[in-house]
Order: sequence, then structure tokens, then C-alpha cells
Amino acid sequence: MDMKTTLMIIAFAPLVAAAIAGLFGRQVGRIGAHTITIGAVGLSCVLSVRVLLQFINGEATPFNENLYTWMVTGDLSMHVGFMVDSLTAIMMTVVTFVSLMVHIYTIGYMSEDPGYQRFFSYISLFTFAMLMLVMANNFMQLFFGWEAVGLVSYLLIGFWYKKETAIFANMKAFLVNRVGDFGFLLGIGAVLMTFGTLDYVEVFNQAPQMADKTITIIGDNQWSMMTVICICLFIGAMGKSAQAPLHVWLPDSMEGPTPISALIHAATMVTAGIFMVSRMSPLFEMSDTALSFVMLIGAFTAFFMGLIGIVQNDIKRVIAYSTLSQLGYMTVALGVSAYSAAIFHLMTHAFFKALLFLGAGSVIIAMHHKQDMQEMGGLKKYMPITFITAWVGTLALVGFPGLSGYFSKDAIIVATGLSDRWGSDVAYIAVLLGVFVTSLYSFRLLYLTFHGKERMDHHTKEHLHESPWVVTLPLVLLAIPSIFIGWMTIEPLLFGGFMNDAIVVNPTNDVVKEIGLYHFDTTAGFALHGFVTLPFYLMLAGFAVATYIYMKNRALASTIKKQLAPIHRVLENKYGFDAFNQKFIAGGSVKLGEALWKWSDSKLIDGWIVNGSAKLINKVSVGIRSIQSGYVFHYALVMVVSVIVFIGIYVFK
Amino acid sequence: MTLQHYLIVSAILFVISMAGIFVNRRNVLVVLMSIELMLLAVNTNLIAFSKYLDDVQGQVFVFFILTVAAAEAAIGLAILVVLFRNKKTLETKEINELEG
Amino acid sequence: MFGWSELVPAFPEILVLSMACVVLLVGLFTDKKKGGFIVFLSVITMMFAAILTLKDHVAGVEFTKTVIFNGTFIRDEFGDMLKVVVYLLMISVFFYAKQYLRQHDNLQGEYFALLLFATLGIMVMISGHNFIALYLGLELLALSSYALVAYNRNDLNGNEAAMKYFILGALASGMLLYGMSLIYGAVGTLQINEISQAIAGQNNDMFLVLGLIFVIVGIGFKLGAAPFHMWVPDVYEGAPTATTLFIASAPKIAAFALAVRILGQSLDVLMIHWQSMLATLAIVSIIVGNLFALQQTNLKRLFAYSTISHIGFMLLGLVGGAEGIAASMFYIIVYTIMAVGGFGMIVLLSNKGMEADQIADFKGLNQRSGWYAFLMLLLVASMAGFPPLIGFFSKLYVLKAVIDQGHIILAAVAVIFAVIGAFYYLKIIKVMYFEESETDQAIDASFDVKTVLSINALAQLGLLVLLPVLFQYCIRVTGSL
Repeated sequence: MDMKTTLMIIAFAPLVAAAIAGLFGRQVGRIGAHTITIGAVGLSCVLSVRVLLQFINGEATPFNENLYTWMVTGDLSMHVGFMVDSLTAIMMTVVTFVSLMVHIYTIGYMSEDPGYQRFFSYISLFTFAMLMLVMANNFMQLFFGWEAVGLVSYLLIGFWYKKETAIFANMKAFLVNRVGDFGFLLGIGAVLMTFGTLDYVEVFNQAPQMADKTITIIGDNQWSMMTVICICLFIGAMGKSAQAPLHVWLPDSMEGPTPISALIHAATMVTAGIFMVSRMSPLFEMSDTALSFVMLIGAFTAFFMGLIGIVQNDIKRVIAYSTLSQLGYMTVALGVSAYSAAIFHLMTHAFFKALLFLGAGSVIIAMHHKQDMQEMGGLKKYMPITFITAWVGTLALVGFPGLSGYFSKDAIIVATGLSDRWGSDVAYIAVLLGVFVTSLYSFRLLYLTFHGKERMDHHTKEHLHESPWVVTLPLVLLAIPSIFIGWMTIEPLLFGGFMNDAIVVNPTNDVVKEIGLYHFDTTAGFALHGFVTLPFYLMLAGFAVATYIYMKNRALASTIKKQLAPIHRVLENKYGFDAFNQKFIAGGSVKLGEALWKWSDSKLIDGWIVNGSAKLINKVSVGIRSIQSGYVFHYALVMVVSVIVFIGIYVFK
Repeated sequence: MTLQHYLIVSAILFVISMAGIFVNRRNVLVVLMSIELMLLAVNTNLIAFSKYLDDVQGQVFVFFILTVAAAEAAIGLAILVVLFRNKKTLETKEINELEG
Repeated sequence: MFGWSELVPAFPEILVLSMACVVLLVGLFTDKKKGGFIVFLSVITMMFAAILTLKDHVAGVEFTKTVIFNGTFIRDEFGDMLKVVVYLLMISVFFYAKQYLRQHDNLQGEYFALLLFATLGIMVMISGHNFIALYLGLELLALSSYALVAYNRNDLNGNEAAMKYFILGALASGMLLYGMSLIYGAVGTLQINEISQAIAGQNNDMFLVLGLIFVIVGIGFKLGAAPFHMWVPDVYEGAPTATTLFIASAPKIAAFALAVRILGQSLDVLMIHWQSMLATLAIVSIIVGNLFALQQTNLKRLFAYSTISHIGFMLLGLVGGAEGIAASMFYIIVYTIMAVGGFGMIVLLSNKGMEADQIADFKGLNQRSGWYAFLMLLLVASMAGFPPLIGFFSKLYVLKAVIDQGHIILAAVAVIFAVIGAFYYLKIIKVMYFEESETDQAIDASFDVKTVLSINALAQLGLLVLLPVLFQYCIRVTGSL
């Protein structure tokens, strides 16, 4: 099978399956629907892995071909085409693999839902759209994929359309993404204006000659064309990859079914922005201003969104804020020109975050669709597989040395530290503190959910049991790469020049190479080194604080309290650390998180910007309705007056 | 009598007929009459031009307009009749069920 | 004088005229509840007319423009393309009308005869090459439409709508005639091509500009462009849905043709003037249409205002030079297809004694029938201009042409209001998918209507494949004018 056929099958098999499951859902039935879609996505996954292996073994050369010329207007031609290189191959593999896991998982999660076939159709369609996005060889198709994944995402957030909050979240996602898309479109427009083509290769080849090109936007200030293009494109990425201040839709989107949260809002769609910026690295490399902007936005998101995660009680929302924070890390990596590190983190994150989401979903099934962690606790003995995999996911997330998250996150932190880009010091502090915060909320989640007292009501407790195999199998399958993938791939991916065919980095900016030269000897060495670095201790500190605060009243109180009663009393009363911790570290973070959430999210962005303009337009619209009075003589009068006005303007000017 | 005189007469007729449509708020029949008047204003215009330009097309047009005006009046009256049967009034200001 | 061979190019018109009379006669002997034969005759008429129109466009044979009847009638590619679209639209109108009239036990021959006469009027407007012919076509269409609006004799809203339509329509055609008479006075001819030659060079003659203004009022009224749009919402709401469906579709194409014939072909010298007038109409229409639509609860009324904004977009294209006219043509064709589908959906969901013309009637459509909810989603999303549906591209072409001409502010205003417009379309989608249905009545329609509706809505996606071809045709036929 030649490359072209393979790629066609990879992209279109999910589309065909989606069409069958969607249009003939009633005829093929539930089993038919999931067999077809899983078969198609499985096929895509296997072939994607094969393509990736070919790239790893050096058997494949980057593929770039137009499949279908859709339109030629003037000198602009629009194509459907594929550009597949190492970067694309990684994305394809991640997308199809996570998608496959989610498909399997959905059988269990949605088993009682009446919209079963529709759901499978949507997620297959999503897979297709996402593949079109990553495999695009031109901006037009990129935009198509971009909008299509957005569309399916709205459909899925609002899947439970009878739920008021789901509709609200759906609308919010739609509106916020329009802002991002507006920037994205402007960016594409600017590319077209500057380069006269939308084809990636042509644009990238011309890019170096355009470095000095400027544009006048407002007043007489000259702006570097590249900076304008990159910032516009990045605004698109901010919408899709939920970077502050366009992140507000992501936490709300958790109203959708959990498999969706795992597939779209953690592993794939939200990483589209990261992918896009990496793909556009030849452009971004030409503008230090744009990269600084990218980095600072990422740093802000990474730290402050993590803080909010600490105060959430909804299990999915904690993970959602965690996703925001991790996306912030990836964005920081992009900002310091460590594109390969960003993609590396994207990949590891896709695995462990999908794992965490699906784990949360498993818990939610057991809890009969309750998501409040305050009503959970002690689940470890009821659901051992979920429990163990959740621990694996968490350790990977907080960056425990040796697990996948450690490699990718540490690479980003080191790269940020090495970078001498304007503002990188601030970003470095943000990502370091972020480690502490990540660790704090992650362990808090684990403790509240799986450890401690069982706080659920009697009825729920009676029915607690481990989820069926279709749910736990994907957990296990995702846990494996969550542990090993970093170990296996860091060397080729970051330092082996695997993505040299796709990513362009200015030699002066190349921090990843610097890491490879001075900080990286062997993978094992790098992992061991992890135990003596600052991030590790920050992580431990987070762990300690979480353990202290959230286990104290449970594990400490019930068992150790009796034996160590005197010491405990000393700890509790005499030193007053307790109150201090509660008030300043936990309480302070809580307050700060709440304040941020209240102010930036609900008031400023939702209240003024989004709802404000809508209200104004509505008011105008109500007011002017009275003009249409229903009297025919008024209508005639309006016509005659208009004629007179026209005559006044054009005849007696 | 020059061309201008005719044009002014027809312009006055035209304005009167337009005013007739929106000033009158009592009876739809008056509106129909205004419409006839408007077409006549146009006819005057066309004939005047036709004579002035010594070109027959304008007069041909007038014949067509007269015919169409007859058909138009017939349809207008028919609509008026069904409206009156249901509404029992022809006052223009009563007819505003559809609005907004 | 002319010989018999001069009749050949006018065969489609002659066919439609004769068949309209035949249908009228057959209608006398047909039962009100059946009438399938009438529909069959009407549809067949359109199909044969299509064959007669297309037979001169066989591949390999050069098509030449023919002007007949002493220069009053023209057969050209532009007209033929629009006519074929009209035939297709009318075929779907016939099917929807059948469904609607059967629901109301009122299927009579005269309704279809009137539709055929109106079609004839449209065809004459498209092919008219002389002010007299254009006026006659316009009146034939208008008079038939008035009668169609008043078709439900006992429906007070229908009567009122017909009355308003009639008065304002007569006022508008009076103004159009006045404008024509002034132009005639200034140039001394009523022939389209002769006017163009006669006025070459004199683009500031007061008579001409005055005449132009009155003519634009007439065209603007027919199209339903603001500020001459006041009749549109009332007539759309009051008329029987089958009639609304008709008025919203084929006549818009005729009005477009009228605009191109009068403005583009005969008054081309006055382009600076009419472009700026049309730009005003376009922007006012887009603003008025979208703002008024926001508060509507009646779907027919909402579509009426959305029509106004679409017409605004179409007019915007006419400002955009040669490519803009092609874009406008493409826009109006795409728009009429969407409009027929949208109203067709209302017809489909209506039942005996209940018109599904409130937005609330679409509540929970997805639960009642996922397929029709999906079709409506396509139609509405296409109207709103969401990519990648065809409605998006029609807007895109217009905007591109306008921007190429340097009217960036016009384009920006249009885009802003189109975005505001997206809101009320979303409202429909939201109601269909996220609200509880109030009725669980099954959707009752014959197979043919369902098929027509499905084709109609799927065209929003399917036409994407033909998109480049179709647009190329639009460029070619407008270029050959």
C-alpha cells in the first residue's frame, strides 16, 4: 500500500463510519454503530502507528501532495491535500489512539443513553475533522478542520440538550471560540495578503524574504508583518487551546459527557492550537515579539489556572483547570522556541490526561453521575483498577521522575530557564511555581476521591463497584504509555532531530539543543537527575501540603490520633501551624483562586464583554420594532420619504 | 404650451396621487383611485414626450399601461371585496393586524 | 415584421402560457381534495420548458444571442441560466404547494394556473429587452402574486396582506413607470441596448438621474430592499405559506434580472450613481433586516427580515464591479434555494388547521425527527453563512468582490451585521435541538414532498461540489451580457 492510499484510509475511514452510524443509526443498531466506528478508528490507528514507525525508522520521507483541486479563483487555488511529516505522524498517532480508547470506553459510559448511535457518529466525525486539521497542507484546509472540530465539539458539549447548564456551556464555547476564530481568520487573511498563497510549503519558503516587511495598522506605526500574522494566528490558537483570557469555555464544557472531555477537551482538540503554532514554526521564528507574547500568555495560564484548580469541588472541573494549566506549559514551550518540547508534552499529556479524565468518568459512573468530590472518598477499595490507574496518571501529571510527564514537563522548565527571550524570567518563575500548584491540586483530588472517609449517601454506597471491562481496559491501556512513553521517546524526539523536517528553529533560539548538549546525557541519567532538581522539591512540597491538609482530618484523625495523641495535640494546638496553613497557604490560595475566578471569568469576560454587547443589540432591536406599525399609509410614507431623500441627495446635491 | 407645461402637470398629478396614498387614512377605495391617478400621470408624461420626440413608442407604452391599469383595478377591487366581507370595514387605520 | 421562425426562441414562454390556460381549464373539472393531475401538468410544463431552454445549449454548438419581436425580447445565456433555476425552483414550489393546499382541502386549478402565469411573468422579466416588455412581465408577476396572497378568501390575515401588497406594489410600479417615462423623455427610446448607446457621455442629465431614482425604487420594492421593504414581513406572514414560499424565491430572481437589464445593460453609463444608491440600499437592508429579525417569534416573519438582509448582501454584490454581478447572481440563486427549503420545512410541519409558523413549533424537532431537524439545521446554518455550507461561500464571493473594489467599510458593516444575524438563526437551532417538544404528532407528508425537501436542504452541502463550476457559469453569463 503506498503512502497516499494509506493516508486516505486513515483520514476517511472515520468519516465513512460516522456517516453510517449517524444516518443509518436505527438500521445498524447499537452494536452495529459501535462496531463500525471502532473498526474504522482502529484501522486509522493501526495505519497511523505504521506511518509513525516508518518515520522513526527513516523509511518514509515527508509526504506532500494535493488530492483534489477544489477551486481556482484568480491566482489563488484551493486544494484538499495532505502534508505528512514526523510532526503530523505523531499527532495522527496520538489522535487516533486516544480516539480509539475513547470509542471503546464510550460503550460502557453511554450504555444507557438513548443517543448512543448519534454519539458514536459524532466522535468518529470528530476524529475525521481532527485528522483533516493535522494532515492539512494548506491554510484553507487547516481552517476547515479547525471549524469542523469546533462544530462537533459544540454538538458534543450540548449532547445532553435537556440539561440547562449544558446548553449554556455550549453557547459559551461557541461565542468564545468565535473571538479566537476571528483572529485566526485575520491571520490567514494576512498570510494570503503577504504571500499570495495558502500553501504551507510555499509560504514557509517565502517566509525568510518577508522578515522585514511591515504594515501600517493604526496611525503611522510600522508593524512587522510577521509579528502581525503570528499574533493573529496565535489568537486563534488561544481560543482553541483555551489560553487566558479565552479559556473560559473549557471548564464549562465539562457539562458534556466524560468521554468527550477526555477526547476533545484534554487530548486532541485543545491541542490543535499547540500543533498549529509548531507547524507554523518557520513563521513564528521570525518574530521575537510574537514569541514573547505567546510565552507570557502561556505562563499566565499555566500558573493562575492551576490555582483555580485548587478550589474546585467538581472532579471534572479540577481536571479541566489542570488541563488549562498544562496547555499553558505547552504554550510557554512554544514561546521559548522549544517546539519539540511542546509537542512532546502534548503527546505525554494526551495520554495521562485522557487517563485521568476516563478515570474520573469511571468514578462518576460508580457514583451514579455525581461529580462532587465532597461526596466521595474511600473509593479505592471499591474500584481498585480505577484507583491504581488514577495514581499513575497523577504521578505522571505532577512530573514524578521517570514517568512520562516528568520528561516533558522538565524539558519545558529547563528550556524556559535557558531561554534569553524577553520576559522568560517571569515565565520561568511561573512554570516553577506551577509545579507546586499542580502537585497540590492533583493530590487533593486523589485524596478526596479515593482516600479518607466514605462521604457518599447510603444508597450510592450500596451500589459502588468497579466499572465494566470496556471502561477499565482503556484505563489500563492508557496507563501504560503514561508511564513509559516519555522514557522511550524523549531522546529521539527532543535531541535526535526526529522533527527536523517539520520544525524550524533559529540556531540562536534553540534551547532544546542546549539542553541536549549540557543537561542531557542518557535518559536514565536525566530521570535520576530529576530527583535533585528544584521542580522535584516543589512537587514534593505540593504533595506534602496536600497530604497534610486533606488527609489530616481523615487518616491522621482516625488512626494515628489515638497512638500519637500528645504529639498530635501539640501539632494541632501549640504551634498554630495548622491555622497558619489553612489561612495563608490553603485559604490564601482558595481566596486568590476564587477571586480570580469571580473577577476575570465571570464578571469581566462573561459579564461585560460577552453579554454586554448582546444586551445592547437586543435593546435596539426591541425599540425599532415599532417602526413596522402595520399601517399601510405609514409604509407608503416611508417609501415616499426615501424617494425624496434620494432625490435630495442625487439630484439637488 | 410647451413640453414643460405637460411635465409639470403630470408631476403635480403624480405628487397628488402619492399624497393620496399616505395622507388619506379613511378609505381604501380612495387609495385605489390615487393609484389610477398615478398611472394617468405617467401616461401624460409619456404622451408628452412621445409628441415632443416625435416617436411612437411612448404612445404604444400608454396603451399597455391603460390595459394593465384595468386589470390592476379589477384585482384591487376583488381584494377589497374579500377584505370587506371578512372585516366589515374599509378604513385604512383599522387594517393593522400584521405588524412588528 | 416577423416570420414564424422568430417564435422559436420564445418557445419556453409560449409553452408556459398555453399550459397555464390548460391548467386553468383542467382545474374546473378537478376535485378540490385531489388535483394530483394539475400538479403533474405543472411540473411537466416546467420540465419541458427546461428542455426547450436547454436544447440550444448543447455542448459543441455555439450559442448565439437572438433578439426577436422587434427588439423587445432577448434570448441570451444570462437569461437562460436564470430561467433554468426558476424552473427548478418552481418544480419544488409546486410540490410544496400541493402539500400545503391538500392540508387545507383547497387544491384548485387556479392556484397552479396563477403560479404558471407568474412564472411566465418572471420569464418575460428575465428576457425583456424593452421597457414595455419588462413592465408587462413585472405586472403579470405582480398581479398573479396579489391573487395568490389572497388565495385563502376567508383568512383575514391573507386579505390584509394582499391589500397591503397590492397598494404598495401599485405605488412602486407607478414610480417605476414614472422613472421609465423620464428616461424615455431623456433618450427617446425604450429599447435596452439603444438607451445605452443614446446616453453615452451624458451621465449627469437631471431627467436621467431622476428617472434612475424612480426605477431603483421599483426594483428595490420588488426585491424587498430596505427602505422599500415594509411590505415584506406583513405579506410573508399573512400569505398562505405556499404563496410565501413562492414570493420568497423565483420573483427575487426576476427582480435581479430586472436590475441587471435596466441598470447594468441600459443605464450602464450612470454606474457611479446607481452604485452608490444600491450601496445605500444594501447597507440599510442588511442593518434593518438583521436588527428587526432578532425579536421575531413568527418564523415566516423572521425569514422575511432575513430575506431583507440577504437581498442587502445581493445588492452589495452589484456594487462590486463585473465580478460582483456574478457574485450577486450566485448569491441570489443560492439564496432562493435556501428560502424555498426553509419555507418548505414550515409547510412540511404544518397540519390541518395548524400552521407551524412559530419558532415554538420547531421545539424539540430533533426528538420528533432527527432527519428533518438535520435538514433544517443545514438550511438555517447555510442562511446564517456558517462555513462550510454553500451560504458561506455566496457571502464570501460577494465580500471578495466588494473588497476588491475597495469598499472595505461596506464589507465590514455587512460582516458585523451578518454576525449579529447568526444569533437568530442559532435561536432556531437551539430550539430544535435543546428544547422539549410540545407535540409528538408524526410528520405527515407524501413521499415526493419529503424527497424534494431533502434534496433542497442537502443541496446546501451538495452544491459545494459544484461550487466552482456554478460560479464559473455565473461569471461567464454575466460577462457575456
